[in-house]
Amino acid sequence: MKATPFTGKHIALGAKMAEFAGYNMPISYSGINDEHAAVRNNAGVFDVSHMGEFVLKGEGALDLIQRVTSNDASKLTNGKAQYSCLPNEQGGIVDDLLVYCIEENKVYMLVVNASNIEKDWNWIQKHNTGNVEMHNISDKTCLLAIQGPNATKILQPLTEIDVLNMKYYTFAKGVFAGVENVLVSATGYTGAGGVEIYFEDKDGAADKIWDAIFEAGKAAGIKPIGLGARDTLRLEKGFCLYGNDIDDTTSPLEAGLGWITKFSKDFTARTIIEQQKNNGVERKLVGFEMIDRGIPRHDYKIKDADGNEIGKVTSGTQSPSLQKAIGLGYVATAFAAFDSEIYVEVRDKLLKAKVVKIPFL
Amino acid sequence: MNFPENLRYTKDHEWISLEGNVATIGITDFAQRELGDIVYVDINTVGKALNAEEVFGTVEAVKTVSDLFLPVAGTITEVNSALNDAPEAVNTDPYGAGWMVKVTVNNPADVEQLLDAAAYSALVA
Repeated sequence: MKATPFTGKHIALGAKMAEFAGYNMPISYSGINDEHAAVRNNAGVFDVSHMGEFVLKGEGALDLIQRVTSNDASKLTNGKAQYSCLPNEQGGIVDDLLVYCIEENKVYMLVVNASNIEKDWNWIQKHNTGNVEMHNISDKTCLLAIQGPNATKILQPLTEIDVLNMKYYTFAKGVFAGVENVLVSATGYTGAGGVEIYFEDKDGAADKIWDAIFEAGKAAGIKPIGLGARDTLRLEKGFCLYGNDIDDTTSPLEAGLGWITKFSKDFTARTIIEQQKNNGVERKLVGFEMIDRGIPRHDYKIKDADGNEIGKVTSGTQSPSLQKAIGLGYVATAFAAFDSEIYVEVRDKLLKAKVVKIPFL
Repeated sequence: MNFPENLRYTKDHEWISLEGNVATIGITDFAQRELGDIVYVDINTVGKALNAEEVFGTVEAVKTVSDLFLPVAGTITEVNSALNDAPEAVNTDPYGAGWMVKVTVNNPADVEQLLDAAAYSALVA
């Protein structure tokens, strides 16, 4: 199992650890509900250094990104980031990712899921016909997400970058807690506000930054947060999790990711996906909440009132903020409208649920 | 972690206490810690006669779900209805307010065959 530069800290803090994407990662510290509430109401720190980062450089970098991703990266100017996905030849999704424009037309950083680093690297390499310079900086790059309504207030004294007023999906590089060349990005996977910070772990930078954040947040009660609460937080906001809600077999349009699929440019499987847009898709990813008592889980069957299978649950939990059971799942398009009555098969019982709008919160 | 001496335990992480032929059953401190925040205890077997190691219900935590196995053969007579509104009692008081079912056991001597506190704590150490 691989470690991040913070693994020792997690263990010392008494975190429940588990393997995730080959890394020894913290699942929870004080408990998922407690950590979840800390991020929704205050501030929490996630070590997500397992994520992958690629830097693409050179005149052809933008052209390569345009060809392999679904969103329109030509809209990005320096200091702006964009959510996107890598479609495969069949119109499925190789991965979802963030594209950071470091220097327009010349330097971009792609941030990909930990479990897909190798797959994505090979996929992009395969399409790199213009000899764009590619660097996989995943192993040396630390990523901390500091999320929650009080996160930027806590961090502001640590940096000259104006984190308090940083606009969503923008970023800046600067000195942070005395460490140079830290990329601070107003992004995250919680919908709770806050930033993500990327930096290289050299000369003790990881320890220095972690300790400075917890010192700065001590009075406010900042907490370390595990991957368990990361999952409940993202699910309440309806953010897709690769491998659960989206994968090689789901199209961006089925997944509700039409907003990051731009037909103003050419990209992998554009024809297939454009056809889906014109003709409609047969299934859609929807949010639902349980009416009968029970908790939906990944891969549970979704049925209609007569017991016919109409889809599958892709994510589900008891929402800590809403105190009710919620889920995401693919259903036949006829059942995708809000308030549609659907049934989730939980241990051979059909439990009633209804389609609701996402985000749940 | 706390494993009271007066209880017996299973390798599936249930505890059982016996008075006469009536047993009270729940999950151990180790189990509740492993599961994390418990949000629903789903037991629909009241009135049913079950064999040892048969599933008598399910416990749902935020992140995961786990079956509940009956430590010894018997008939489920009562479920802790307080857990409907306060499932977190399984986390905060697993051997007290977090009890799950009462069972009339077929053969009280079966309970003696289960793990004692020392053997169980060795198992989860």
